[in-house]
Amino acid sequence: MSDPSYEIVIGLEVHVQLQTATKLFCRCSTRFGAPPNTQTCPVCIGLPGSLPVMNRQAFALALKTAVALNCQIPGFTKWDRKQYYYPDLPKGYQISQFDLPMSQHGYLEINDAKGAFAPKRVGILRAHLEEDAGKSMHDELAGKADSRIDLNRTGTPLLEIVSQPDMRSPQEARAYLTELKLLLTYLGVSDCNMQEGSLRVDANINLHVATSQGTVATPIVEVKNMNSFRAVERAMAFEATRQFDVWKDTRIALGAPGGHKTTRGWDEQAQMTRPQRQKEESSDYRYFPDPDLAPVIVTDQQLDAVRADLGELPAALRTRLQTEWGIDAYDADVIVNQGRAFVDYFLALANISGDAKRASNWMQQDVLRVLNERALTIDLFPVSSTSLAQLLKTVQQGELDTSRARDVFNAMAESGDSMPQAMQSLGIQAVHGDELADLCRELLEANPSVVADVQAGKDKAIGALIGQAKRRNPNANPNQVRQLCLELIREQGSAQE
Amino acid sequence: MSLTRQQIVKVSLLARLRLRDDELDRMTDQLDQVVSYMDLLAEVDTEDVEPMAHAVEQTNVFAEDRELPSLDREAALSNSPKRDEQCYRVPAVLGD
Ligand SMILES: [Zn+2]
Repeated sequence: MSDPSYEIVIGLEVHVQLQTATKLFCRCSTRFGAPPNTQTCPVCIGLPGSLPVMNRQAFALALKTAVALNCQIPGFTKWDRKQYYYPDLPKGYQISQFDLPMSQHGYLEINDAKGAFAPKRVGILRAHLEEDAGKSMHDELAGKADSRIDLNRTGTPLLEIVSQPDMRSPQEARAYLTELKLLLTYLGVSDCNMQEGSLRVDANINLHVATSQGTVATPIVEVKNMNSFRAVERAMAFEATRQFDVWKDTRIALGAPGGHKTTRGWDEQAQMTRPQRQKEESSDYRYFPDPDLAPVIVTDQQLDAVRADLGELPAALRTRLQTEWGIDAYDADVIVNQGRAFVDYFLALANISGDAKRASNWMQQDVLRVLNERALTIDLFPVSSTSLAQLLKTVQQGELDTSRARDVFNAMAESGDSMPQAMQSLGIQAVHGDELADLCRELLEANPSVVADVQAGKDKAIGALIGQAKRRNPNANPNQVRQLCLELIREQGSAQE
Repeated sequence: MSLTRQQIVKVSLLARLRLRDDELDRMTDQLDQVVSYMDLLAEVDTEDVEPMAHAVEQTNVFAEDRELPSLDREAALSNSPKRDEQCYRVPAVLGD
């Protein structure tokens, strides 16, 4: 896959918008898609004399996330001003956290159920709470003379989650993002909608190249503008190859002249990264504590309460599905990755049907197929877990074969009908054991040659009866007919002896 | 510690202030006095004093997450030197 002569080193910086009704320091709405500049106030557009006050819910959501990321939570945290000039930053500074972030030194475990990489723990350097900037739009019509500024987003709460440079392949980077998003979704702290900018990713990547003089690190590149996890994976793969080519060409190492950090943007259309202009003097933010905001103290009791309130997180749930329900690791992964509501549906289905394995198969194949086809989420799925459990039981008892059951399922999913209703409208009848036994007896009586063949050891001869059974009763389960006929012939044989 | 003229040039660039030569001289002198005052403060023995993050001893000041009316857009945009119906207008932002 990757060149063995180098190792890829990736660290990710994720900005996630916390799901609050109002902004971090004022009570303007955070609703997405409102007309420009209709959700601003003196605080978020930085008018003189205004005073920011911390949103209680934003801090609570940030704390919950930090705890779920196994971070250390210091007892004392404060906010700082990060100064830079940009038209979408009306105050001339962003309120962020510098030397005393609300959390640090955590980790997130990543795994690939198909074994693409070994399970590993990705370190979290820090997670801190800060405000978002506004949006600048480039007005093509005005001959690119002006940029238009919308400050609706200004002051929206963001949690910045900075990983350690612990990822060693584009796949690991993607897995980290997928697992992080899943965790955030389980916690209910963000909708993680990348299209609406609720989750943004920047990546730092370089290579550790093996040389005869030992390992050499190449200059770090920060990659921006990646609009999907797949784009992150591709951008990382592209960068690794590009950086190795540059290294072979120039032999410039990290920190050597010309080896400083640079910024590149991912071009989705061209599937490549391109150099970006660096913000002038960008490293000199002159942080200092924001005198308008009071620091926050977090007590151990508070942390205990947050921990108690976390709920069951994806990693624990995967384990539980395996140990309590006998589902294998891969299946547990698929189910848990669909989100909590999907897991709850599965648990209900497994519980009522009493057959977790079958429930898992049906959820992954049939339920997921319908959800994908119709772009539905499980909470809008028209078949209740009770209804589906009834269908699975009918299949389990052999009263319906899988292909007929699938027809019934599709009808139920289409119409929202219960199982009996769907079967009735399809003209399908469950065949009870007695009924089937009678049918088989009749068939055996009518076909003595088949019975003789089977008694002579040719079990395959039964095949001739299955077609007949289907003609007499289209609902007859072929496997069951085969099974029953064989049993009846054996009984006859032993009765004769 | 004393400030150099070069440092003042850098700080004025960071603050987006275009200073004339005589202003630079004056600022160098004035800011140097401010920084010297910090030197004076630095002489105080703070060996056993906890660093503080805020001048007021107040912590955990929160507001509830309940929406309040925002500014009317006209009012919000009214002080802007350049605007249109919906937005502030600024000189083109490059390479975003
Ligand atoms: Zn506001």
